[in-house]
Amino acid sequence: MNEKVMRNQRKWQTIIFATIIIVLTYLSSDITNFNIIHGIATLPNAFTWIVSNLFITQETLERLPKILEKLAETILMSIAATTTATVFSLFLGLMGSKTTGTSNLLGAFARFIASVARNIPVVAWALILLLSFGQNSVTGYLALFVGSLGFLTRAFIESIDEASQSAVEALRATGATYFQIVYKAVIPQCLPQMISWILFMIETNIRSATLVGILTGTGIGYSFDLYYKTLNYHAVALVTLSIVISVIMLELISNHIRKVIL
Amino acid sequence: MEVTSTPIYIRKKSNGRISIKSGNKVERVMKATGIVLFGLTILAFMSFNYSGLDLTKAISETAYNLKTMFLEPALSHFTWGEAFYQVGITLGLAFLSTILGAVIAFFLALMAATNLSNKWISKTVRILVAFVRAVPTVLWVLIFAIAAGLGSEAAVLGMLFHSIAYLVKAFSEAFEEVDKGILEALTATGANWWHTVTHAILPSTFTYLLSWTFLRFEINFSVAVAMGAAAGAGGIGFELFMASGFYFDMREVGLITYMILILAIVLELTSTRLKSRYFPATSVK
Repeated sequence: MNEKVMRNQRKWQTIIFATIIIVLTYLSSDITNFNIIHGIATLPNAFTWIVSNLFITQETLERLPKILEKLAETILMSIAATTTATVFSLFLGLMGSKTTGTSNLLGAFARFIASVARNIPVVAWALILLLSFGQNSVTGYLALFVGSLGFLTRAFIESIDEASQSAVEALRATGATYFQIVYKAVIPQCLPQMISWILFMIETNIRSATLVGILTGTGIGYSFDLYYKTLNYHAVALVTLSIVISVIMLELISNHIRKVIL
Repeated sequence: MEVTSTPIYIRKKSNGRISIKSGNKVERVMKATGIVLFGLTILAFMSFNYSGLDLTKAISETAYNLKTMFLEPALSHFTWGEAFYQVGITLGLAFLSTILGAVIAFFLALMAATNLSNKWISKTVRILVAFVRAVPTVLWVLIFAIAAGLGSEAAVLGMLFHSIAYLVKAFSEAFEEVDKGILEALTATGANWWHTVTHAILPSTFTYLLSWTFLRFEINFSVAVAMGAAAGAGGIGFELFMASGFYFDMREVGLITYMILILAIVLELTSTRLKSRYFPATSVK
Protein backbone atom coordinates (compact mmCIF):
# COMPACT_ATOMS: atom_id res chain seq x y z
CA MET A 1 0.00 0.00 0.00
CA ASN A 2 1.51 3.31 -0.92
CA GLU A 3 1.42 6.36 1.24
CA LYS A 4 -1.28 8.17 -0.65
CA VAL A 5 -3.78 5.34 -0.28
CA MET A 6 -3.03 5.07 3.42
CA ARG A 7 -3.45 8.76 3.93
CA ASN A 8 -6.73 8.68 2.07
CA GLN A 9 -7.92 5.80 4.19
CA ARG A 10 -6.98 7.65 7.35
CA LYS A 11 -8.87 10.68 6.17
CA TRP A 12 -11.98 8.63 5.47
CA GLN A 13 -11.78 7.02 8.89
CA THR A 14 -11.63 10.42 10.55
CA ILE A 15 -14.57 11.69 8.51
CA ILE A 16 -16.70 8.63 9.31
CA PHE A 17 -15.81 8.83 13.00
CA ALA A 18 -16.65 12.53 13.16
CA THR A 19 -19.94 12.00 11.32
CA ILE A 20 -21.00 9.24 13.72
CA ILE A 21 -20.23 11.45 16.71
CA ILE A 22 -22.12 14.40 15.25
CA VAL A 23 -25.15 12.28 14.36
CA LEU A 24 -25.21 10.73 17.84
CA THR A 25 -24.90 14.15 19.44
CA TYR A 26 -27.75 15.43 17.34
CA LEU A 27 -29.93 12.42 18.17
CA SER A 28 -29.23 12.71 21.89
CA SER A 29 -29.99 16.40 22.01
CA ASP A 30 -33.18 15.71 20.09
CA ILE A 31 -34.40 12.94 22.41
CA THR A 32 -33.54 14.83 25.59
CA ASN A 33 -34.80 18.20 24.33
CA PHE A 34 -31.40 19.65 25.07
CA ASN A 35 -30.76 22.94 23.35
CA ILE A 36 -27.08 23.68 23.40
CA ILE A 37 -27.56 27.40 22.76
CA HIS A 38 -30.07 27.65 25.54
CA GLY A 39 -27.71 25.61 27.71
CA ILE A 40 -24.81 27.99 27.11
CA ALA A 41 -27.09 30.98 27.56
CA THR A 42 -28.13 29.80 31.02
CA LEU A 43 -24.53 29.42 32.17
CA PRO A 44 -23.90 33.12 32.93
CA ASN A 45 -27.26 33.28 34.72
CA ALA A 46 -26.37 30.18 36.68
CA PHE A 47 -23.04 31.65 37.75
CA THR A 48 -24.52 35.00 38.71
CA TRP A 49 -27.10 33.12 40.73
CA ILE A 50 -24.43 31.01 42.41
CA VAL A 51 -22.31 34.02 43.29
CA SER A 52 -25.22 36.08 44.56
CA ASN A 53 -26.98 33.33 46.53
CA LEU A 54 -24.57 30.59 47.49
CA PHE A 55 -22.56 32.25 50.20
CA ILE A 56 -22.39 31.61 53.89
CA THR A 57 -23.84 34.10 56.33
CA GLN A 58 -23.41 34.51 60.05
CA GLU A 59 -26.88 33.13 60.64
CA THR A 60 -26.21 29.86 58.80
CA LEU A 61 -23.04 29.29 60.79
CA GLU A 62 -25.30 28.62 63.77
CA ARG A 63 -26.47 25.51 61.96
CA LEU A 64 -22.91 24.29 61.61
CA PRO A 65 -22.91 21.84 64.57
CA LYS A 66 -26.03 20.14 63.23
CA ILE A 67 -24.57 19.92 59.73
CA LEU A 68 -21.28 18.56 61.01
CA GLU A 69 -23.13 15.90 62.96
CA LYS A 70 -24.92 14.80 59.78
CA LEU A 71 -21.65 14.93 57.86
CA ALA A 72 -20.00 12.68 60.43
CA GLU A 73 -22.91 10.26 60.10
CA THR A 74 -22.43 10.15 56.32
CA ILE A 75 -18.68 9.68 56.51
CA LEU A 76 -18.97 6.92 59.10
CA MET A 77 -21.63 5.22 57.00
CA SER A 78 -19.38 5.27 53.93
CA ILE A 79 -16.43 3.90 55.88
CA ALA A 80 -18.49 1.15 57.51
CA ALA A 81 -19.98 0.14 54.16
CA THR A 82 -16.52 -0.01 52.60
CA THR A 83 -14.81 -1.99 55.36
CA THR A 84 -17.55 -4.57 55.73
CA ALA A 85 -17.75 -4.93 51.95
CA THR A 86 -13.97 -5.45 51.95
CA VAL A 87 -14.27 -8.56 54.12
CA PHE A 88 -16.79 -10.17 51.77
CA SER A 89 -15.01 -8.97 48.64
CA LEU A 90 -11.79 -10.55 49.83
CA PHE A 91 -13.42 -13.98 49.83
CA LEU A 92 -15.20 -13.36 46.55
CA GLY A 93 -11.98 -12.02 45.08
CA LEU A 94 -10.06 -15.14 46.12
CA MET A 95 -12.83 -17.26 44.65
CA GLY A 96 -12.99 -15.31 41.41
CA SER A 97 -9.28 -14.95 40.69
CA LYS A 98 -7.64 -17.35 38.25
CA THR A 99 -4.57 -17.90 40.43
CA THR A 100 -6.34 -18.64 43.71
CA GLY A 101 -9.75 -19.86 42.55
CA THR A 102 -10.51 -23.44 43.50
CA SER A 103 -13.20 -24.26 40.99
CA ASN A 104 -14.57 -22.71 37.83
CA LEU A 105 -18.09 -22.83 39.15
CA LEU A 106 -17.28 -20.84 42.30
CA GLY A 107 -15.25 -18.39 40.23
CA ALA A 108 -18.13 -17.79 37.85
CA PHE A 109 -20.45 -17.38 40.84
CA ALA A 110 -18.19 -14.75 42.42
CA ARG A 111 -17.88 -12.82 39.18
CA PHE A 112 -21.63 -13.01 38.59
CA ILE A 113 -22.40 -11.57 42.06
CA ALA A 114 -19.85 -8.81 41.54
CA SER A 115 -21.22 -7.93 38.14
CA VAL A 116 -24.85 -7.75 39.28
CA ALA A 117 -24.00 -5.78 42.43
CA ARG A 118 -21.89 -3.30 40.50
CA ASN A 119 -24.03 -2.78 37.44
CA ILE A 120 -27.30 -2.09 39.21
CA PRO A 121 -26.75 1.55 40.22
CA VAL A 122 -26.56 2.42 43.90
CA VAL A 123 -29.70 4.54 43.45
CA ALA A 124 -31.69 1.49 42.42
CA TRP A 125 -30.47 -0.45 45.46
CA ALA A 126 -31.34 2.47 47.69
CA LEU A 127 -34.87 2.70 46.28
CA ILE A 128 -35.44 -1.04 46.59
CA LEU A 129 -34.13 -1.23 50.15
CA LEU A 130 -35.99 1.90 51.21
CA LEU A 131 -39.32 0.10 50.80
CA SER A 132 -38.77 -2.35 53.63
CA PHE A 133 -35.94 -0.86 55.69
CA GLY A 134 -37.49 2.59 55.95
CA GLN A 135 -35.79 5.92 56.48
CA ASN A 136 -32.70 5.18 58.54
CA SER A 137 -28.97 4.84 58.24
CA VAL A 138 -29.13 1.09 57.66
CA THR A 139 -30.81 1.57 54.27
CA GLY A 140 -28.08 3.87 53.05
CA TYR A 141 -25.44 1.64 54.54
CA LEU A 142 -26.77 -1.44 52.76
CA ALA A 143 -27.10 0.33 49.41
CA LEU A 144 -23.49 1.53 49.61
CA PHE A 145 -22.43 -1.92 50.85
CA VAL A 146 -23.83 -3.67 47.77
CA GLY A 147 -22.24 -1.18 45.38
CA SER A 148 -18.87 -1.39 47.14
CA LEU A 149 -19.04 -5.18 47.18
CA GLY A 150 -19.36 -5.28 43.41
CA PHE A 151 -16.63 -2.77 42.73
CA LEU A 152 -14.12 -4.07 45.28
CA THR A 153 -14.56 -7.68 44.18
CA ARG A 154 -13.69 -6.72 40.62
CA ALA A 155 -10.72 -4.65 41.76
CA PHE A 156 -9.46 -7.40 44.09
CA ILE A 157 -9.74 -10.07 41.40
CA GLU A 158 -7.63 -7.89 39.14
CA SER A 159 -5.00 -7.14 41.79
CA ILE A 160 -4.72 -10.79 42.82
CA ASP A 161 -4.37 -11.90 39.21
CA GLU A 162 -1.78 -9.24 38.54
CA ALA A 163 0.42 -9.59 41.58
CA SER A 164 0.78 -13.09 42.82
CA GLN A 165 1.23 -15.57 39.99
CA SER A 166 4.87 -16.55 40.54
CA ALA A 167 4.79 -16.41 44.35
CA VAL A 168 1.79 -18.73 44.41
CA GLU A 169 3.53 -21.13 42.07
CA ALA A 170 6.67 -21.13 44.24
CA LEU A 171 4.73 -21.82 47.41
CA ARG A 172 2.66 -24.51 45.75
CA ALA A 173 5.89 -26.22 44.70
CA THR A 174 7.00 -26.38 48.34
CA GLY A 175 3.79 -28.19 49.21
CA ALA A 176 2.10 -25.35 51.09
CA THR A 177 -1.62 -25.71 51.79
CA TYR A 178 -4.19 -23.43 50.23
CA PHE A 179 -4.53 -21.22 53.31
CA GLN A 180 -0.79 -20.94 53.70
CA ILE A 181 -0.53 -19.81 50.10
CA VAL A 182 -3.26 -17.22 50.55
CA TYR A 183 -1.96 -15.97 53.87
CA LYS A 184 1.75 -15.89 53.09
CA ALA A 185 1.86 -15.04 49.40
CA VAL A 186 -1.36 -13.56 48.06
CA ILE A 187 -2.37 -11.23 50.90
CA PRO A 188 1.06 -9.66 51.58
CA GLN A 189 1.61 -9.01 47.88
CA CYS A 190 -1.77 -7.50 47.16
CA LEU A 191 -2.26 -5.61 50.42
CA PRO A 192 -0.92 -2.21 49.30
CA GLN A 193 -2.99 -2.34 46.12
CA MET A 194 -6.04 -3.40 48.10
CA ILE A 195 -5.68 -0.61 50.65
CA SER A 196 -5.39 1.83 47.79
CA TRP A 197 -8.67 0.52 46.34
CA ILE A 198 -10.35 0.68 49.75
CA LEU A 199 -9.37 4.33 50.14
CA PHE A 200 -10.61 5.08 46.64
CA MET A 201 -13.90 3.34 47.47
CA ILE A 202 -14.36 5.42 50.64
CA GLU A 203 -13.93 8.62 48.62
CA THR A 204 -16.44 7.44 46.03
CA ASN A 205 -18.85 6.30 48.72
CA ILE A 206 -18.92 9.68 50.44
CA ARG A 207 -20.01 11.25 47.16
CA SER A 208 -22.62 8.55 46.53
CA ALA A 209 -23.74 8.74 50.16
CA THR A 210 -24.90 12.29 49.51
CA LEU A 211 -27.04 11.04 46.66
CA VAL A 212 -28.34 8.07 48.62
CA GLY A 213 -29.01 10.39 51.54
CA ILE A 214 -31.26 12.57 49.39
CA LEU A 215 -33.33 9.51 48.47
CA THR A 216 -33.39 7.75 51.83
CA GLY A 217 -33.54 10.81 54.07
CA THR A 218 -30.35 10.22 56.03
CA GLY A 219 -27.08 12.00 56.63
CA ILE A 220 -25.79 15.07 54.87
CA GLY A 221 -27.87 14.38 51.76
CA TYR A 222 -31.01 14.83 53.82
CA SER A 223 -29.75 18.16 55.23
CA PHE A 224 -29.01 19.32 51.72
CA ASP A 225 -32.43 18.28 50.47
CA LEU A 226 -34.15 19.91 53.42
CA TYR A 227 -32.42 23.28 53.02
CA TYR A 228 -32.75 23.08 49.25
CA LYS A 229 -36.49 22.52 49.38
CA THR A 230 -37.01 25.23 52.00
CA LEU A 231 -35.04 27.62 49.75
CA ASN A 232 -32.46 28.27 52.45
CA TYR A 233 -29.62 28.69 49.99
CA HIS A 234 -27.07 30.01 52.46
CA ALA A 235 -27.35 26.76 54.37
CA VAL A 236 -27.11 24.87 51.07
CA ALA A 237 -23.80 26.63 50.46
CA LEU A 238 -22.56 25.64 53.89
CA VAL A 239 -23.54 21.99 53.36
CA THR A 240 -21.85 21.91 49.94
CA LEU A 241 -18.71 23.51 51.31
CA SER A 242 -18.53 21.04 54.19
CA ILE A 243 -18.81 18.12 51.76
CA VAL A 244 -16.13 19.61 49.52
CA ILE A 245 -13.75 20.13 52.41
CA SER A 246 -14.22 16.64 53.77
CA VAL A 247 -13.81 15.00 50.35
CA ILE A 248 -10.66 17.00 49.57
CA MET A 249 -9.21 16.26 53.01
CA LEU A 250 -9.87 12.57 52.58
CA GLU A 251 -8.29 12.68 49.13
CA LEU A 252 -5.17 14.33 50.55
CA ILE A 253 -4.89 11.78 53.36
CA SER A 254 -5.32 8.83 51.03
CA ASN A 255 -2.88 10.26 48.50
CA HIS A 256 -0.37 10.53 51.31
CA ILE A 257 -0.97 6.92 52.41
CA ARG A 258 -0.73 5.76 48.78
CA LYS A 259 2.57 7.54 48.32
CA VAL A 260 4.02 5.63 51.28
CA ILE A 261 2.68 2.17 50.60
CA LEU A 262 2.72 1.85 46.80
CA MET B 1 44.26 0.69 55.99
CA GLU B 2 41.49 1.68 58.32
CA VAL B 3 38.43 -0.50 58.49
CA THR B 4 35.14 1.27 58.88
CA SER B 5 33.35 -0.35 61.76
CA THR B 6 29.67 0.35 61.13
CA PRO B 7 29.09 0.56 57.42
CA ILE B 8 25.51 -0.76 57.46
CA TYR B 9 22.65 0.72 59.36
CA ILE B 10 21.64 -1.74 62.07
CA ARG B 11 18.73 -1.05 64.35
CA LYS B 12 19.28 -2.13 67.94
CA LYS B 13 16.93 -2.51 70.84
CA SER B 14 17.55 -0.68 74.13
CA ASN B 15 19.28 -3.76 75.61
CA GLY B 16 21.74 -3.90 72.77
CA ARG B 17 20.15 -6.73 70.83
CA ILE B 18 19.72 -6.41 67.12
CA SER B 19 16.12 -5.79 66.24
CA ILE B 20 14.92 -8.40 63.78
CA LYS B 21 11.82 -6.50 62.75
CA SER B 22 13.03 -3.58 60.71
CA GLY B 23 10.05 -1.40 61.60
CA ASN B 24 9.23 -0.84 57.99
CA LYS B 25 7.36 2.42 57.42
CA VAL B 26 5.12 0.84 54.80
CA GLU B 27 4.01 -1.83 57.22
CA ARG B 28 3.38 0.69 59.98
CA VAL B 29 1.26 2.89 57.75
CA MET B 30 -0.76 -0.06 56.48
CA LYS B 31 -1.34 -1.30 59.99
CA ALA B 32 -2.37 2.14 61.20
CA THR B 33 -4.77 2.54 58.27
CA GLY B 34 -6.32 -0.82 59.07
CA ILE B 35 -6.71 -0.06 62.76
CA VAL B 36 -8.21 3.40 62.13
CA LEU B 37 -10.68 2.03 59.60
CA PHE B 38 -11.65 -0.81 61.94
CA GLY B 39 -12.20 1.61 64.81
CA LEU B 40 -14.29 3.95 62.66
CA THR B 41 -16.42 1.03 61.49
CA ILE B 42 -17.23 0.02 65.08
CA LEU B 43 -18.01 3.65 65.88
CA ALA B 44 -20.27 3.82 62.83
CA PHE B 45 -22.31 0.80 63.86
CA MET B 46 -22.71 2.19 67.35
CA SER B 47 -23.79 5.61 66.15
CA PHE B 48 -26.31 4.47 63.53
CA ASN B 49 -29.85 5.63 63.98
CA TYR B 50 -31.83 2.42 64.18
CA SER B 51 -35.21 4.05 64.79
CA GLY B 52 -38.18 2.27 63.24
CA LEU B 53 -36.14 -0.67 62.08
CA ASP B 54 -37.36 -4.22 62.54
CA LEU B 55 -34.51 -6.18 61.10
CA THR B 56 -36.10 -9.61 60.69
CA LYS B 57 -39.22 -8.17 59.11
CA ALA B 58 -37.20 -5.88 56.85
CA ILE B 59 -35.00 -8.69 55.63
CA SER B 60 -37.88 -11.04 54.86
CA GLU B 61 -39.76 -8.24 53.11
CA THR B 62 -36.72 -7.33 51.04
CA ALA B 63 -36.23 -10.96 50.09
CA TYR B 64 -39.86 -11.13 49.00
CA ASN B 65 -39.52 -7.87 47.05
CA LEU B 66 -36.35 -9.04 45.34
CA LYS B 67 -38.06 -12.28 44.39
CA THR B 68 -41.01 -10.42 42.84
CA MET B 69 -38.66 -8.03 41.10
CA PHE B 70 -36.38 -10.50 39.46
CA LEU B 71 -38.72 -13.43 38.85
CA GLU B 72 -41.90 -11.67 37.75
CA PRO B 73 -40.87 -8.51 35.92
CA ALA B 74 -43.68 -6.77 34.05
CA LEU B 75 -44.69 -3.35 32.80
CA SER B 76 -47.92 -1.79 33.98
CA HIS B 77 -47.75 1.99 33.89
CA PHE B 78 -46.17 2.45 30.50
CA THR B 79 -45.55 0.51 27.30
CA TRP B 80 -42.42 -1.12 25.94
CA GLY B 81 -42.05 1.64 23.39
CA GLU B 82 -42.11 4.24 26.13
CA ALA B 83 -39.65 2.24 28.21
CA PHE B 84 -37.14 2.20 25.36
CA TYR B 85 -37.75 5.89 24.78
CA GLN B 86 -36.93 6.60 28.43
CA VAL B 87 -33.77 4.50 28.20
CA GLY B 88 -32.91 6.53 25.12
CA ILE B 89 -33.28 9.74 27.11
CA THR B 90 -30.93 8.44 29.79
CA LEU B 91 -28.39 7.36 27.17
CA GLY B 92 -28.79 10.73 25.46
CA LEU B 93 -28.08 12.63 28.69
CA ALA B 94 -25.02 10.49 29.31
CA PHE B 95 -23.78 10.87 25.75
CA LEU B 96 -24.22 14.64 25.62
CA SER B 97 -22.46 15.27 28.89
CA THR B 98 -19.64 12.91 27.95
CA ILE B 99 -18.99 14.29 24.49
CA LEU B 100 -19.23 17.96 25.47
CA GLY B 101 -17.17 17.17 28.56
CA ALA B 102 -14.49 15.44 26.50
CA VAL B 103 -14.12 18.41 24.12
CA ILE B 104 -13.88 20.97 26.92
CA ALA B 105 -11.67 18.70 29.02
CA PHE B 106 -9.26 18.32 26.11
CA PHE B 107 -8.48 22.03 26.08
CA LEU B 108 -8.39 22.33 29.86
CA ALA B 109 -6.10 19.30 30.05
CA LEU B 110 -3.70 21.01 27.64
CA MET B 111 -3.58 23.85 30.14
CA ALA B 112 -3.22 21.47 33.08
CA ALA B 113 -0.42 19.29 31.67
CA THR B 114 2.88 20.41 33.14
CA ASN B 115 4.87 19.75 29.98
CA LEU B 116 2.63 21.89 27.78
CA SER B 117 1.76 24.80 29.91
CA ASN B 118 3.01 27.35 32.32
CA LYS B 119 3.39 26.31 35.93
CA TRP B 120 0.84 28.75 37.32
CA ILE B 121 -1.88 28.06 34.77
CA SER B 122 -1.42 24.35 35.35
CA LYS B 123 -1.73 24.75 39.11
CA THR B 124 -4.82 26.96 38.88
CA VAL B 125 -6.61 24.52 36.56
CA ARG B 126 -5.71 21.60 38.80
CA ILE B 127 -7.03 23.24 41.97
CA LEU B 128 -10.22 24.31 40.19
CA VAL B 129 -10.74 20.78 38.88
CA ALA B 130 -10.14 19.23 42.31
CA PHE B 131 -12.79 21.53 43.75
CA VAL B 132 -15.34 20.72 41.04
CA ARG B 133 -14.70 17.01 41.48
CA ALA B 134 -15.27 17.14 45.22
CA VAL B 135 -18.84 18.40 44.84
CA PRO B 136 -21.11 15.40 44.21
CA THR B 137 -22.77 15.45 40.78
CA VAL B 138 -26.26 15.54 42.24
CA LEU B 139 -25.47 18.80 44.01
CA TRP B 140 -24.27 20.36 40.76
CA VAL B 141 -27.44 19.25 39.00
CA LEU B 142 -29.70 20.56 41.76
CA ILE B 143 -27.81 23.86 41.91
CA PHE B 144 -28.10 24.30 38.13
CA ALA B 145 -31.74 23.30 38.30
CA ILE B 146 -32.50 26.50 40.22
CA ALA B 147 -30.91 28.68 37.56
CA ALA B 148 -31.87 26.74 34.42
CA GLY B 149 -35.07 25.07 35.59
CA LEU B 150 -35.55 21.34 36.04
CA GLY B 151 -34.95 19.39 32.89
CA SER B 152 -32.28 18.22 30.54
CA GLU B 153 -30.28 21.48 30.55
CA ALA B 154 -29.66 21.39 34.28
CA ALA B 155 -28.90 17.67 34.18
CA VAL B 156 -26.47 17.92 31.29
CA LEU B 157 -24.72 20.97 32.72
CA GLY B 158 -24.40 19.38 36.17
CA MET B 159 -23.10 16.10 34.79
CA LEU B 160 -20.87 18.02 32.38
CA PHE B 161 -19.09 19.71 35.28
CA HIS B 162 -18.18 16.48 36.91
CA SER B 163 -17.21 14.80 33.63
CA ILE B 164 -14.90 17.67 32.75
CA ALA B 165 -13.19 17.46 36.12
CA TYR B 166 -12.72 13.71 35.82
CA LEU B 167 -11.49 13.80 32.23
CA VAL B 168 -9.10 16.72 32.75
CA LYS B 169 -7.30 14.64 35.35
CA ALA B 170 -7.12 11.58 33.10
CA PHE B 171 -6.22 13.50 29.93
CA SER B 172 -3.53 15.64 31.49
CA GLU B 173 -1.87 12.54 32.91
CA ALA B 174 -1.89 11.00 29.43
CA PHE B 175 -0.39 14.18 27.95
CA GLU B 176 2.36 14.24 30.53
CA GLU B 177 3.41 10.74 29.53
CA VAL B 178 4.14 11.79 25.94
CA ASP B 179 7.82 11.30 25.13
CA LYS B 180 9.84 14.44 25.81
CA GLY B 181 11.97 13.77 22.72
CA ILE B 182 9.01 14.18 20.38
CA LEU B 183 8.13 17.57 21.84
CA GLU B 184 11.76 18.68 21.74
CA ALA B 185 12.18 17.58 18.13
CA LEU B 186 9.10 19.53 17.07
CA THR B 187 10.13 22.64 18.99
CA ALA B 188 13.55 22.45 17.36
CA THR B 189 11.97 22.59 13.90
CA GLY B 190 10.27 25.82 14.89
CA ALA B 191 6.78 24.40 15.35
CA ASN B 192 4.53 26.56 17.45
CA TRP B 193 2.50 25.35 20.44
CA TRP B 194 -0.59 24.50 18.40
CA HIS B 195 1.47 22.47 15.88
CA THR B 196 2.96 20.49 18.72
CA VAL B 197 -0.50 19.70 20.01
CA THR B 198 -1.99 18.61 16.70
CA HIS B 199 1.05 16.73 15.39
CA ALA B 200 2.61 15.20 18.49
CA ILE B 201 0.24 15.18 21.44
CA LEU B 202 -3.00 14.31 19.70
CA PRO B 203 -1.76 11.42 17.50
CA SER B 204 0.18 9.74 20.28
CA THR B 205 -2.55 9.95 22.93
CA PHE B 206 -5.70 9.66 20.84
CA THR B 207 -6.51 6.05 21.73
CA TYR B 208 -6.02 6.77 25.45
CA LEU B 209 -8.33 9.73 25.25
CA LEU B 210 -10.91 7.64 23.45
CA SER B 211 -10.95 4.86 26.00
CA TRP B 212 -11.03 7.27 28.96
CA THR B 213 -13.95 9.02 27.29
CA PHE B 214 -15.77 5.73 26.85
CA LEU B 215 -15.10 4.81 30.47
CA ARG B 216 -16.63 8.12 31.48
CA PHE B 217 -19.64 7.37 29.27
CA GLU B 218 -20.12 4.15 31.21
CA ILE B 219 -19.99 6.08 34.49
CA ASN B 220 -22.25 8.82 33.12
CA PHE B 221 -24.89 6.27 32.23
CA SER B 222 -25.33 5.24 35.85
CA VAL B 223 -25.04 8.87 36.93
CA ALA B 224 -27.82 9.75 34.48
CA VAL B 225 -30.02 7.06 36.03
CA ALA B 226 -29.28 8.53 39.45
CA MET B 227 -30.02 12.07 38.30
CA GLY B 228 -33.37 10.94 36.94
CA ALA B 229 -34.26 9.48 40.32
CA ALA B 230 -32.86 12.16 42.62
CA ALA B 231 -32.97 15.38 40.61
CA GLY B 232 -35.95 14.90 38.30
CA ALA B 233 -33.84 14.84 35.16
CA GLY B 234 -36.19 12.41 33.41
CA GLY B 235 -35.31 9.17 31.69
CA ILE B 236 -35.42 5.66 33.05
CA GLY B 237 -34.15 6.74 36.46
CA PHE B 238 -37.23 8.88 36.98
CA GLU B 239 -39.49 5.96 36.00
CA LEU B 240 -37.63 3.80 38.50
CA PHE B 241 -38.21 6.40 41.19
CA MET B 242 -41.91 6.62 40.35
CA ALA B 243 -42.37 2.84 40.21
CA SER B 244 -40.74 2.25 43.58
CA GLY B 245 -41.63 5.43 45.46
CA PHE B 246 -45.16 6.17 44.22
CA TYR B 247 -46.76 3.08 42.67
CA PHE B 248 -44.92 0.52 44.86
CA ASP B 249 -44.98 -1.73 41.82
CA MET B 250 -42.17 -4.22 42.36
CA ARG B 251 -42.73 -5.95 39.01
CA GLU B 252 -42.14 -2.73 37.15
CA VAL B 253 -39.12 -1.93 39.31
CA GLY B 254 -37.78 -5.37 38.39
CA LEU B 255 -38.17 -4.81 34.68
CA ILE B 256 -36.55 -1.37 34.82
CA THR B 257 -33.69 -2.79 36.87
CA TYR B 258 -33.19 -5.53 34.28
CA MET B 259 -33.04 -2.95 31.49
CA ILE B 260 -30.47 -0.86 33.37
CA LEU B 261 -28.46 -3.96 34.29
CA ILE B 262 -28.28 -5.29 30.74
CA LEU B 263 -27.23 -1.94 29.30
CA ALA B 264 -24.64 -1.41 32.01
CA ILE B 265 -23.14 -4.86 31.41
CA VAL B 266 -22.96 -4.23 27.66
CA LEU B 267 -21.21 -0.91 28.27
CA GLU B 268 -18.83 -2.50 30.75
CA LEU B 269 -17.88 -5.31 28.38
CA THR B 270 -17.23 -2.80 25.60
CA SER B 271 -15.04 -0.63 27.77
CA THR B 272 -13.08 -3.62 29.13
CA ARG B 273 -12.38 -4.71 25.57
CA LEU B 274 -11.35 -1.20 24.58
CA LYS B 275 -9.12 -1.00 27.61
CA SER B 276 -7.40 -4.34 27.17
CA ARG B 277 -6.79 -3.40 23.53
CA TYR B 278 -5.36 0.06 24.10
CA PHE B 279 -3.80 0.03 27.52
CA PRO B 280 -3.47 -3.40 29.06
CA ALA B 281 -1.09 -2.28 31.81
CA THR B 282 -3.47 -0.16 33.86
CA SER B 283 -6.22 -1.51 36.04
CA VAL B 284 -9.78 -0.36 36.60
CA LYS B 285 -10.41 3.17 37.72
